[in-house]
Amino acid sequence: MKYGILIVSHVPEIAAGVPRLIQQVAKDVAITSAGGTDENEIGTSLEKIQQAVEQNAGSEILAFYDLGSARMNLEMAAELATKKLRIYDVALIEGAYVAASLLQAQVGLPAIEKQLAPLKIKNQE
Amino acid sequence: MKLTLEKYLSWINEFSQKVIDKKDYLSDLDSKIGDGDHGNNLARGVTAVQQMLTAKQPQDLTAALKLTAMALISKVGGAAGPLYGTAFLEMAKTSSQTTELAELLTAATAGLQKRGQAKAGDKTMVDVWLPVTAALKNADLTSTVIEKAVASTKPLVAKRGRASYLGERSIGHLDPGAVSSGYLFEALLVAEDEK
Repeated sequence: MKYGILIVSHVPEIAAGVPRLIQQVAKDVAITSAGGTDENEIGTSLEKIQQAVEQNAGSEILAFYDLGSARMNLEMAAELATKKLRIYDVALIEGAYVAASLLQAQVGLPAIEKQLAPLKIKNQE
Repeated sequence: MKLTLEKYLSWINEFSQKVIDKKDYLSDLDSKIGDGDHGNNLARGVTAVQQMLTAKQPQDLTAALKLTAMALISKVGGAAGPLYGTAFLEMAKTSSQTTELAELLTAATAGLQKRGQAKAGDKTMVDVWLPVTAALKNADLTSTVIEKAVASTKPLVAKRGRASYLGERSIGHLDPGAVSSGYLFEALLVAEDEK
């Protein structure tokens, strides 16, 4: 499978809940998630993110996250990973939902990114 | 000033102790404009650093810096993990070419800015790392330089991190990352005085 989706949240329950929601419209899309610290406290874990990247059946990962420090750990994971990670600074749920439903409909990446663009709400100057 | 393994170990131990002592104060500062976990997160990180350094007994500066980075990256959990972790990782990389502290900190600050995408005046730890690095280059790093840099974050509007969601309401509060960075450099001065 070419593309997979990765959800990263500070909270384990959010990281588990978002895939549940988006898998509904994307039953054939590879979706993995990483939430919370190694101790399942609020925060993000580089190790959990790396595992979620590894376990994802996609060879290229579209990554969605909740807040800033999740992005920083995602960037570090991207630098260390052999797979390509594309990190989107969009609203987490809406962005992941758009990407998942379009991947399920076999829409290409340029069209997906075009639809993600107006959802960008993070990491802006 | 050149950084040696011995000096580095006393620096990082001094910093770790300071963070552990000031854990509650740092979290308290963070609860005013952030998520209130900076002290606890960083204390967990430096505790892991101390355990790692004791367990692995690094034989050179590069190895010690790298172990520090890995412990912080894997144990902190909040934004401070990737930020401090990146800073120490950049110092580790640079230390194979030079042990001049000003050079190491220049690389660390550049790494910090890339990771957090913060510039001067954004009310972040960068507001301490930039002036401290500049002072070290001129060999005039003093407590006053550090205190001024930390205090300079108080009137600023936060532009990065969790505090940025508060916008102008972040004015009047010290940035917790700037305060902990202040501890880092105060610890450096203490380590330098130990001869």
